[in-house]
Amino acid sequence: MSSFLSYLINGISLGSVYAIIALGYTMVYGIAKMLNFAHGDVIMVGGYTVFICTSMLGLPPVVGILAAVVICTVLGVLIERIAYKPLRGASSLSVLITAIGVSYFLQNAALLLFGADTKSFQSVISIPSITLMNGEVNVSGVTIATVVSCAVILIGLTTFINRTKTGQAMLAVSEDKGAATLMGINVNRTIAITFAIGSALAAIAGVLLCSAYPVLSSTTGAMPGIKAFTAAVFGGIGSIPGALIGGLVMGVIENLSKAYISSQLSDAIVFAVLIVVLLVKPTGLMGKQIQEKV
Amino acid sequence: MAAENMLSVENLSISFGGLKAVSDFRLKIRKNELYGLIGPNGAGKTTVFNLLTGVYKPDTGSIVLDGQNITGKHTIEINHAGIARTFQNIRLFSNLTVLDNVKAGLHQHFRYGTLDGIFRTPKFYKTEKAMNEKAMEILRVFALDDAASFKASQLPYGRQRKLEIARALATEPKLLLLDEPAAGMNPQETHELMETIRFVRDNFGMTILLIEHDMKLVSGICEELTVLNFGQVLCEGDTKDVLNNPEVIKAYLGD
Amino acid sequence: MNMKSKAFRTNAVTYAIVIAFYLICHGLIMSGNMSSLMKGLMVPLCYYVILAVSLNLVVGISGELSLGHAGFMCIGAYSSAIFAVLVDGKMPELLELVLALIIGAGFGALFGFLIGIPVLRLRGDYLAIVTLAFGEIIKNVVNAVYLGIDENGLHFSMKDSLSLGLSENGDTIINGAQGISGLPRTANLTVGVVLVLITLFIVLNLIHSRQGRAIMAIRDNRIAAESVGLSVSKYKMMAFVISAALAGMAGVLYSHNLSALQATSKNFGYNQSIMILVFVVLGGIGNIRGSIIAAVILTVLPEKLRFLSDYRMLIYAIVLISLMLFNSAPKSIAWRKMMSERIRMKKEENRTGAAGDKDGSGEEA
Repeated sequence: MSSFLSYLINGISLGSVYAIIALGYTMVYGIAKMLNFAHGDVIMVGGYTVFICTSMLGLPPVVGILAAVVICTVLGVLIERIAYKPLRGASSLSVLITAIGVSYFLQNAALLLFGADTKSFQSVISIPSITLMNGEVNVSGVTIATVVSCAVILIGLTTFINRTKTGQAMLAVSEDKGAATLMGINVNRTIAITFAIGSALAAIAGVLLCSAYPVLSSTTGAMPGIKAFTAAVFGGIGSIPGALIGGLVMGVIENLSKAYISSQLSDAIVFAVLIVVLLVKPTGLMGKQIQEKV
Repeated sequence: MAAENMLSVENLSISFGGLKAVSDFRLKIRKNELYGLIGPNGAGKTTVFNLLTGVYKPDTGSIVLDGQNITGKHTIEINHAGIARTFQNIRLFSNLTVLDNVKAGLHQHFRYGTLDGIFRTPKFYKTEKAMNEKAMEILRVFALDDAASFKASQLPYGRQRKLEIARALATEPKLLLLDEPAAGMNPQETHELMETIRFVRDNFGMTILLIEHDMKLVSGICEELTVLNFGQVLCEGDTKDVLNNPEVIKAYLGD
Repeated sequence: MNMKSKAFRTNAVTYAIVIAFYLICHGLIMSGNMSSLMKGLMVPLCYYVILAVSLNLVVGISGELSLGHAGFMCIGAYSSAIFAVLVDGKMPELLELVLALIIGAGFGALFGFLIGIPVLRLRGDYLAIVTLAFGEIIKNVVNAVYLGIDENGLHFSMKDSLSLGLSENGDTIINGAQGISGLPRTANLTVGVVLVLITLFIVLNLIHSRQGRAIMAIRDNRIAAESVGLSVSKYKMMAFVISAALAGMAGVLYSHNLSALQATSKNFGYNQSIMILVFVVLGGIGNIRGSIIAAVILTVLPEKLRFLSDYRMLIYAIVLISLMLFNSAPKSIAWRKMMSERIRMKKEENRTGAAGDKDGSGEEA
């Protein structure tokens, strides 16, 4: 029982990271209608930034985290500006291939800069762990930080979207780009802001992920990125609560199947869940149907 | 079973998110008739086409084509049953040649297996030759034969509209639906198009239902009209009577 | 008709390029003028070409982005390797190879069909991500499988080789992540080129047939294709299954070029699928000959330019992005249209007075 509980808690922790990444996917997909394949690699950039700041330059963790957020935000906006904006109006096939190109670029640039050997990442979270059930279950500081960050981000983001003008503009653009333009909303700016927020979240996810699984390489972000996209699809793309639920479900399924079925097959199981969800409910748990106009 | 009417639609309704786009629509088209569906913008004309061709499934009502009930069938089955259409926003196979666009329309009527195609059997060559001849024959009707080897996207707008009609015709339909065939054409082109539509009706024995805003074209070739307003039939009947109906004039011009 | 002869000419040139390439390479090998490094690249070249051409059938001709192509290659490699181990020494090499090819292509097609049923109901980005998921599932499952044989028949386990419960003279065929060993290395350049030609024959003839036309019509406009009665699911499936079968065949070539087969993220993972996609995009989406040339150049060049090898992937990425921007950005398309219009005007000016002969340059894939 206690081991099940600790697997579950680890699953929720991993799921919270997925949820934070999935938020970035779901916002970008909802607003720019594109799958930003490079989103996962922004996580890796965030991880490396913190690594450089803390392990190499010896700066305090807070500075590292801030630097990661700033650099990832700028990177996200740059990627959008250079690679995606010119393709607005092009086929989704072209956009997706370009996004794959960007992902490839980031991974290989990191490979060149930092080499092929994995770096051991020093956790930047110094919260003491707590024990539950008379010391049978141990909840690490990283887990606490991850779950709390996820909750704070979710509440903050929901408030931002519902209460601010920019947030409302984002909703409008996701609903109907043309109509939003007619209402005087600057669509390009709104999309850029979306990328900025998504990338900042990816930076935080990078910090949390690397603190929990302390190895860093150029492909650190790739698999979590794909799984988080899976989570976003599971919850219904474009839906913020959907991203949270999807992320948590994915994280728990992954950890439990690792523990009770096979660590070899845990990825396969996560992907199988995605496929089943898309078949049974192609719009995800909380997504809505889009029909092509004839 | 020979029906008197080519198309008979009754009680057709659909709503989107509580909004009734088309309600209680009815339509009877006799064989070999040229019929017009008119109405102000947003009246639901294209929605009617989408219902007839199975793009949308109706909430209520029945659609009977030449004695065969096609209500709720899939677009593909409806085409096989005998309805072909064009689109308001042109939808050609833009990377295929003009000839191949028409040959795609001939697909159901000229058949050979995948292996015939891969291994280039005599059947392949024979069928392809017959397809080419038939396609060129159709293209000639629309004066597009000189452009057969062009990519469809290379054609000017007016000729793209014609190619869409040619492609629809290639499926050998019983009923041809034309969605604003004259949109974007100049008076000269519109006049030619009228002649072509009439020619198709006479020489192919076609029944044609068209949506059009160009009143000159409508009054010039349509024998009967239905006027749609706010998703409902405002009036129907002989073209001249309908166009002189004060209700219709009011719907078009406002008060 | 002149159109048909044009397609015929284009295809003939493609075949000629492959045959010429073969003759040159074969000559170099025979005369001992080829380095062992290049010799080692000959079979990989062939399976990369097959993979690129077959993926182009899905991406370029059918218009769906598949990110799991390496998964089908994995299926072909494993099914044929199991067969090869089972019949090892019991039949002539050539017969073994031919049967292995049929088995690899058959299993590729079977999995293409099974995966196609759910995948082809989806569209666009979802389809891409699900093919990626399938590719990863195949690779992961294959890594967790143990298969052995003894006098009681085949034994199967997902746990470890011990739980196969083999008798004393039993043999382990698939040993989990360690894969399959003891394979016959019967693949060579000639076999590879024959398979490339078979692939080209199937793909090019399919494209220029009634079925290929339907596949491309559906790609260009799904709704219009349905309106003229073309079955979207049937023709999307046809392209997907044929592509998977050919990838399976490439997998057979792969497994018969090694003495031991393992499924890693490098050979059958998503990176490999992306690599094949890079070939397709750089060669031109929908351009079969382009896929061949891109696959050859991008396989040989990195070996020749070893000093650039660190930068290779980075350069691919930059070229990929630039090409997509150049080819697909609305502004770039408008610009190119304007430039070609300008050139045409210039040409016409130069031609004034000359008899105007029309030449419709109907380009085709």
